[in-house]
Amino acid sequence: MSEAYEMVVGLEVHVQLKTRSKAFCGCSTDFGAPPNVNTCPVCLALPGSLPVLNEQAVELATRAAVALGCTVNRRSVFARKNYFYPDLPKGFQISQYDEPLATGGALTIASADGTARKIGITRLHLEEDAGKSIHDRYSGVTAIDLNRSGVPLIEIVSEPDMRSSSEAGGYLRALRQTLQYLDVSDVSMEEGSLRVDANVSARRRGEKKLGTKTEVKNMNSFSGVERALDYEFARQCAILDRGERVTQETLLWDAARGEARVSRSKEESHDYRYFPEPDLRPLILDQAWINGVKAKLPELPEARKKRFVDDLKLAPDEVEKLTAHPDLADYFEALASASGDVRSSANWVMGELLAAVNARGGTIAHFPVRPHDLGLLLKMIQDGVVSHAAAKRIFALMAESGKTAAQVAHDEGLLKVGDDPALTGWIDEVIAEHPDEAKRYLAGEKKLQGVLVGFVMRKSGGRADPKRVNQLLASRASPS
Amino acid sequence: MAVTHDDVRHVAELARVGIDETKLDELVRELNGILVHMEVLSKVDVSSVEPTAGSPAATGGTPLRSDSSGPIPLLAPLESFAPSVRDGFIIVPRLATHDDAVDRAP
Amino acid sequence: MTGSDYPTLTASTIAARVKDGDSSPVDVVRASFGRARAVGAGPDGLNAILWSDEDESVREAERLRGQLEQGSKAGRFAGVPIAVKDNYATLGLPTTCGSRILAGYISPFEATCVTRLREDGAIIVAKTNMDEFAMGSSTENSAYGPTRNPIDIRRVPGGSSGGSAAAVAAGIVPIALGSETGGSVRQPASFCGIVGVKPTYGRISRYGLVAFASSLDHVSAFARNVDDSALALEVMAGADQRDSTSADVPVPSYRSQFVSRATAVRPLEGVTVGVPREYFPESLDQGIRTLCDRSIEHFRALGAKVRDVSLPHTDLAIPAYYIIAPAEASSNLARYEGVRYGARVDSVDGLRGMYEATRSLGFGPEVTRRIILGTYVLSAGYYDAYYRRAQAVRSLIARDFAQVFADGVDVLFTPTAPSTAFPIGAITDPYEMYLSDIFTVTANLAGIPAMSIPIGRDAGLPVGGQILAKHFGESVMFRAAYALEESLGEDAHR
Ligand SMILES: [Mg+2]
Ligand SMILES: [Zn+2]
Repeated sequence: MSEAYEMVVGLEVHVQLKTRSKAFCGCSTDFGAPPNVNTCPVCLALPGSLPVLNEQAVELATRAAVALGCTVNRRSVFARKNYFYPDLPKGFQISQYDEPLATGGALTIASADGTARKIGITRLHLEEDAGKSIHDRYSGVTAIDLNRSGVPLIEIVSEPDMRSSSEAGGYLRALRQTLQYLDVSDVSMEEGSLRVDANVSARRRGEKKLGTKTEVKNMNSFSGVERALDYEFARQCAILDRGERVTQETLLWDAARGEARVSRSKEESHDYRYFPEPDLRPLILDQAWINGVKAKLPELPEARKKRFVDDLKLAPDEVEKLTAHPDLADYFEALASASGDVRSSANWVMGELLAAVNARGGTIAHFPVRPHDLGLLLKMIQDGVVSHAAAKRIFALMAESGKTAAQVAHDEGLLKVGDDPALTGWIDEVIAEHPDEAKRYLAGEKKLQGVLVGFVMRKSGGRADPKRVNQLLASRASPS
Repeated sequence: MAVTHDDVRHVAELARVGIDETKLDELVRELNGILVHMEVLSKVDVSSVEPTAGSPAATGGTPLRSDSSGPIPLLAPLESFAPSVRDGFIIVPRLATHDDAVDRAP
Repeated sequence: MTGSDYPTLTASTIAARVKDGDSSPVDVVRASFGRARAVGAGPDGLNAILWSDEDESVREAERLRGQLEQGSKAGRFAGVPIAVKDNYATLGLPTTCGSRILAGYISPFEATCVTRLREDGAIIVAKTNMDEFAMGSSTENSAYGPTRNPIDIRRVPGGSSGGSAAAVAAGIVPIALGSETGGSVRQPASFCGIVGVKPTYGRISRYGLVAFASSLDHVSAFARNVDDSALALEVMAGADQRDSTSADVPVPSYRSQFVSRATAVRPLEGVTVGVPREYFPESLDQGIRTLCDRSIEHFRALGAKVRDVSLPHTDLAIPAYYIIAPAEASSNLARYEGVRYGARVDSVDGLRGMYEATRSLGFGPEVTRRIILGTYVLSAGYYDAYYRRAQAVRSLIARDFAQVFADGVDVLFTPTAPSTAFPIGAITDPYEMYLSDIFTVTANLAGIPAMSIPIGRDAGLPVGGQILAKHFGESVMFRAAYALEESLGEDAHR
């Protein structure tokens, strides 16, 4: 049934900015402090307190706006969005309304058929976060923690340009990646530093007019957004098929049940009574300063991918993996330059390194083996000092112990063994332990050489120099 | 534009001020008595000016604060002025309609 | 220090005596409390003072005495007892804004202007009564009962800073902080026969002044003469990083620019005084008009040029004000819902019920009325017609002033209020009460400095004359006020 309809999606994304202090007061933004510890007269909205805007929040928001191709307005105005909620201490949120920080950008994503699609960005504005209301901690009452109250956010509003849940997912992943590259936010949906509200409507294919939209909130992962959109789209299609009308309303996604329910806070009338915040003058930005932010932009994902393909001759699918997160791409580039070997650096990063980081459960940035250290190990491989197999063990031990590659190789006896007496001893033992294979090999069955080399390598704990083992074995075999 | 009883009920709800129904008539009369004097504004030609945002004396852009400026200290703890605190949390009655675990404000 | 001369002393005299060791701050503070008792400043009398703590104030005076004996530099207000309106965040004494909703609330931080007064040696001796959240023009809207005018206790002291005005007029303190949103210092100064000054918006930090209408609120002061009022500004004015709307403009020495009759024959030579005709309507009380005319003659005699001017949008000020102020107030007062501080009234109806019970029992009728009005004018569909239009009209009013000042006028002179102090309970219609501010709201809307000084009495009741200047034009405003005060002499109180 839904083939007859087209999904139309616009997304509102709230992103917590990575500042040390809050948007309008000097309180710490640290996550996980005991309740209400990071509060002051301003973010508790004590009588007589006043807001003062954080410079760094402006810079990070501007950086994001410029990177998303927005026009940064030289004059923007803060406004009060008035509503009552116990975790909103002032009874209004300081936001921006009819004069936002930035307008009119775009983000390019790859659509299902592989072509590039531009998703328009309507506006990007600065605002403050609310605190947290915890309803399930004590029975019958709600517990309020205002540590998050006043943390700076940017709200990024897209045009209704997405036509499927996977495009919406693609937009969110591209947006998150861009913001990671800009280093403006932790962009973690789990920790709440990135939150998504989706506006979705259905219209008959070919129809130009937009259908009535609903707003879906409360998703806590990108895949949750995709599932919620598919669910809501199907619901709307069914309504339209019955010849009924979609009601404009807000729904809350329930990930556990896989369904969206009409929000209970219906009693809340959405009359926010916006008006310009009289406690703050307009935000006036100097064009030269805006240009400076633009000039200092870090390399963005698209540029980096292109450089990896063009300059480093890496395959597109490898580049996708290596550039997924800026820290990973940084690691890779530092490793390639330390080791002087792009190919093996790429293999190591995509293989051993990612596996080790995932197994540890941490982040690349905090992984104990730094690119320089791993580069020395790669050099040891190049120099024939350690075997590839030994290098994998060395790497694991480096991550555990924090020792250098050379130290680990020495302490664990993992340096390559190339001296003939030691190798000959292992070969003799192998021949003795595997008389059948040895006899056939020595009789001329050459394809068994690899098997025997393998036995020798295993016996040596990976230390034997395979090239010399091959030579020594070959010299014993009878010529066929 | 005369204010009706329903307007006042709606606005009182928005503003979370409980209005006693017995006082509604008087309030509606008073508000209309005030608003009638505001009608003169609608006849003013304001085409030559921009509405001020804030005071006309407050010119220039808003000043910016360093990210590392540190908070203004609270000289008495939250417990000394908050009506109800438990384990550091401020405690309020539950929203009557609420049963979701953690909900966000609109 | 003798108890008998204390009520007539100016702040600068007290500070000079304390500095020179002729008076002890402890004796001064005790004299202030003694005077408060003598005149009956408490709830059974003037009801001017809501909160005070004599023991603590004396201890603070003792600390100051100790510091001075150790050789610390004496501040400009060394040992001067100052009363503070109950809408400033102060340490130790409650900050209730004359409201039940903040009953018992003690601020954990201090207002910048109070800190500056204390750093210059002042001792905060009292928090004074006020119209609840500064909404009113008579100090009858306090949850703690009305304040009485020391000149005639059957009458109001004006408002909303009536408690501070009464404290100064009764000789309890030489200086008191009031606050202005639409004339709440100048009008009570006029009613009580003292000086009241409201500087340029942004001149003094609002940090710690509990907001009523942020774009109209001003830290303001009462004094018994112009010189003390200028000194109060010199101490409090200047940029503050905690108030984004405070101005980074240097603070001149206002007092050094005074020109006295003792040194000049024509002290206001070169000063042009504009007399705006809109402030002298046909209907103006004849007694007030006569006293204003007398002051204008004094200005001429002082060497000033006097010129008739027009501020054509004046009659739009009250309508614009009574949209903007309630709108901002409806938002500023949203924080009083019983969650984090102040009174909480529980209800069977969960959180929503707690909000409504707290707010309906916590706010008095005038505050409720303005919250409703302010919420209404901001609500969907009405914003453009009311709030936005009122802010545009505000621009017109500001432009009227800018044009006359650009035209060579240095100060404007008008009556401060359309009447003298009226009897308690005499005005019951809200809009009629709003008209008390008809000559004062314009300066709050435009953000220009303005002050009221006594210019005589009508039927035994004080009348104030208002002097206004351009943004940051306090110097010439004070200079004109000083010269007029000196010239009127005892006539100012006759
Ligand atoms: Mg938002
Ligand atoms: Zn804070």
